[in-house]
Amino acid sequence: MLWLCIYLPSLALDGILRRRSTDDPLVLIDGPVNARTIVSANEAARAAGLHVGQRLSAAQALLSQFEAIPYDRESVERWLRFLAAVAYRYSSEVSLLPHAIVLEVSKSMGLFGPWPRLESMLRADFTDLGFRHRMAAAPTAHAAHVLTTVSDGQAVLSVDTLRNALQRVPIAKSRLPANAIAALPSMGIRTVGQVLALPRDGLRRRFGAELLAALDRLTGDLPSGLELYRPPDTFDLRIELLHEVENQSALIFPVRRMVDDLAAYLAGRDGGVQRFLLRLEHREGRFTDVQVGLLASERDGALLFEFARGRLEHVTLPEPVLALRLIARDLPAFVPAGRDLFDERPANALPIEQVRERLRARLGDGAVYRLGSTQDPRPERAQREAAHDEVPIEPHPRPTWLLPRPIPLRGGNPIILAGPERLETGWWDGGEVCRDYYVIETSLGQEAWAFCVPDEQTGWMIHGWFA
Amino acid sequence: MSAVVPLSALLDARQVWRGRAHEVSVGDQPTGWCALDAVLPAGGWPEASLSEILLPVDGVGELRLVLPTLARLTQGQRNVVIVSPPYAPCVAGWRQQGVDMRRVEFVDAGEKDVLWATEQCLRSGSCAAVLAWPHHADDRALRRLQVAAVTGQALAFVFRDRSHLSNASPAALRLELEAPPRPQIWVRKCRGGAVPAQAIPLPRSVH
Repeated sequence: MLWLCIYLPSLALDGILRRRSTDDPLVLIDGPVNARTIVSANEAARAAGLHVGQRLSAAQALLSQFEAIPYDRESVERWLRFLAAVAYRYSSEVSLLPHAIVLEVSKSMGLFGPWPRLESMLRADFTDLGFRHRMAAAPTAHAAHVLTTVSDGQAVLSVDTLRNALQRVPIAKSRLPANAIAALPSMGIRTVGQVLALPRDGLRRRFGAELLAALDRLTGDLPSGLELYRPPDTFDLRIELLHEVENQSALIFPVRRMVDDLAAYLAGRDGGVQRFLLRLEHREGRFTDVQVGLLASERDGALLFEFARGRLEHVTLPEPVLALRLIARDLPAFVPAGRDLFDERPANALPIEQVRERLRARLGDGAVYRLGSTQDPRPERAQREAAHDEVPIEPHPRPTWLLPRPIPLRGGNPIILAGPERLETGWWDGGEVCRDYYVIETSLGQEAWAFCVPDEQTGWMIHGWFA
Repeated sequence: MSAVVPLSALLDARQVWRGRAHEVSVGDQPTGWCALDAVLPAGGWPEASLSEILLPVDGVGELRLVLPTLARLTQGQRNVVIVSPPYAPCVAGWRQQGVDMRRVEFVDAGEKDVLWATEQCLRSGSCAAVLAWPHHADDRALRRLQVAAVTGQALAFVFRDRSHLSNASPAALRLELEAPPRPQIWVRKCRGGAVPAQAIPLPRSVH
C-alpha cells in the first residue's frame, strides 16, 4: 500500500482567487461582527502588511483599498469534494481528511509511471485548477497526512523507513488527539519518535485508547478506517460572482473556469457530457438558463468552452448576473473517436462530429442535419431529418431539387419527357394525395417534376427541378 | 569530330523517346463526366482547390454536374457538406444518382454565416467536398475559401450567378453553365492548362 496525501491549506481562498482576474489585495474574514479577524490573505494583501489573525479594523488602518470577503466554511467542503473527484482519476481508493485528500497509489503507479512522474502529473492538475497544495506519500494514509504538514514532496515508500521518517515529526504537527498534543510537550516529549518509544500501557492509562489507536493507524498496525469517496453522478457547480455582471463578455472568464472544472471532473470519472445547463442567476431568485446540447458526448475542456461560449453569445442578459451555476446531469460514457491507421485525411483533421458541434454552436441547434428517406411515398413526407429507414432506391425519376410547396407552371405548354406516375395514397391520415407526376420540359427548356389532376394534363404544378 | 546525324534518322531508329502530346491522364478527382475530364488539365476537379460554377439561373444542371463526384466520395465513406442550398434537396433523386445520404451534412446558414461555415468545413480536414451557395462573395472571401481548401485538402464548390464572370477570381477552375435549350459547360478558367475553345454538352438527366 502506498498512500498519497494532497494537503490543501487554503481551499477557501484559492476557490475565490481562481475566478478572479485581478491581483488586488483580498482577505477572508471571520468571527463575530464586532471582532472580525483575517483568516486568509492573498499575496498582495500580505505584501501590504496584512496577516492572518489580524483584526479587520487594524487591517483597514494599514491599507485603504482591499477586498474583504466573509470566510465560507461550506465552500471548503465543496472544493474538497470537487478535487477528490479530480483525484479519482488516479485511483479508485480516494478518501477525504480535513483539508486533505488521500489516495492509494501503489496500483496506479503501474499505469501512470513511478512516483516522481505520478507526483508531477497530480501537481500539474492541481496547479492548473489553481489550488495550492503540498504532497507526501507514505505506506499509511495518516502518515502521509502528517508528512505533508512537515514538508512538501516527501515520499516514504516502504514500511521500514516509515518509523524513521516519523521520528523527527514534532508533536504539534502530528495530528494526534488534541489532549495529547496539549499535554505531551510539557512532559518533555517533543517528537512522534519519542511517543512511539513510550510504553503503551502507560500511554493508555494517561490518554485513553484513542491515542494508541491514532498511533497504530499512523504506523499501519491498524487499518486507516477511512470512508472511501464516491464521485457524485451529477455535476453541479455554483459560483457567486464578486460583482454584479451586466456585460456578457465579463462572464467568459468564470464560464471558462467552470467548464474546465467540468472537464477535470469528467476526466476523473472517465466520462463525457452530452448536455449541460448554464444557469445565470439574477436578483430575487430569477434566472436565465442557457442549454448546451451536444450531438455526442465530449469531455475536452477547450471544446466544451467553445460550444458554451457560442450559446452564451446569443443570450441577451435581461438583468445583472449575480451567480453562475453549471449543472450536468446527462453524463454518458465517453467513447473516443477511433481513427483508421491508413486514414487519408490530414493528420490535424478535426473530426466531423466536432465540426458539426462548432457549426451548431454558432448557427443554432437545428442548422446542421442529415436527410434520409422514409417509407412514405408522398414527396412531402418521403424525406425527413435523421431518417434511417432502409428504403430501396425509387425506380421512377425523381428530381434533385424539391420545392417546399408546389408552384403553378407559367408559360406555354410543356413537353412531356416521362410519366405519368400515379401517386394515390394518404387517405388514412387526412393527407390524401391523388396526382399524376410527369417529367416535363418547360418552354424555357428547364426540366421539371410536375403533377396534375389524374388523366388531365392541364393545371400543371411544379414540384421539383432536375438540376 | 563526329558526323552530323539527321534528326529523322534518330527518330526512325527509335533511339529518342518522344513525349506524346495527347495523353489523357485520369486525375485523382474525376468529375464523372468523361468529356469534361478529357479537357481539364488535372483530368478532373483540381485537387484541394476551389472550383467556381457560374449559373444563369438555379436548376440548369449544376447538381447533375457534381452529383457523380458526390456519389463517388460518399460511397468511399467520405463526408460531404452542403451549405445553404437554394432549394431543399430531394433525397430520392440524390440517391438515384448514387449518393449515400448518411454521409451528406446539410447546413442552414444565414447570409452572413455562409462563408464562415464553408470555411470551417473546408479547413477541418474531415470533409471531402463542400458545396456552397454564397450570396455576397468577393475576391477576398473566395481567396479565403481557396486557402481553406488547401489546408483541409478538400474540394470546394461555389455556385454563383453568371454576372460574376467578368470579375477576376482566385478559383482554380471556373465553369459556366449555359441554360437550355442547349445545355452545355464552358470552361472559363483552368489552372495549369489552356482554356478549351469549345463547350462541352451536358446531357439531360431524363432520356
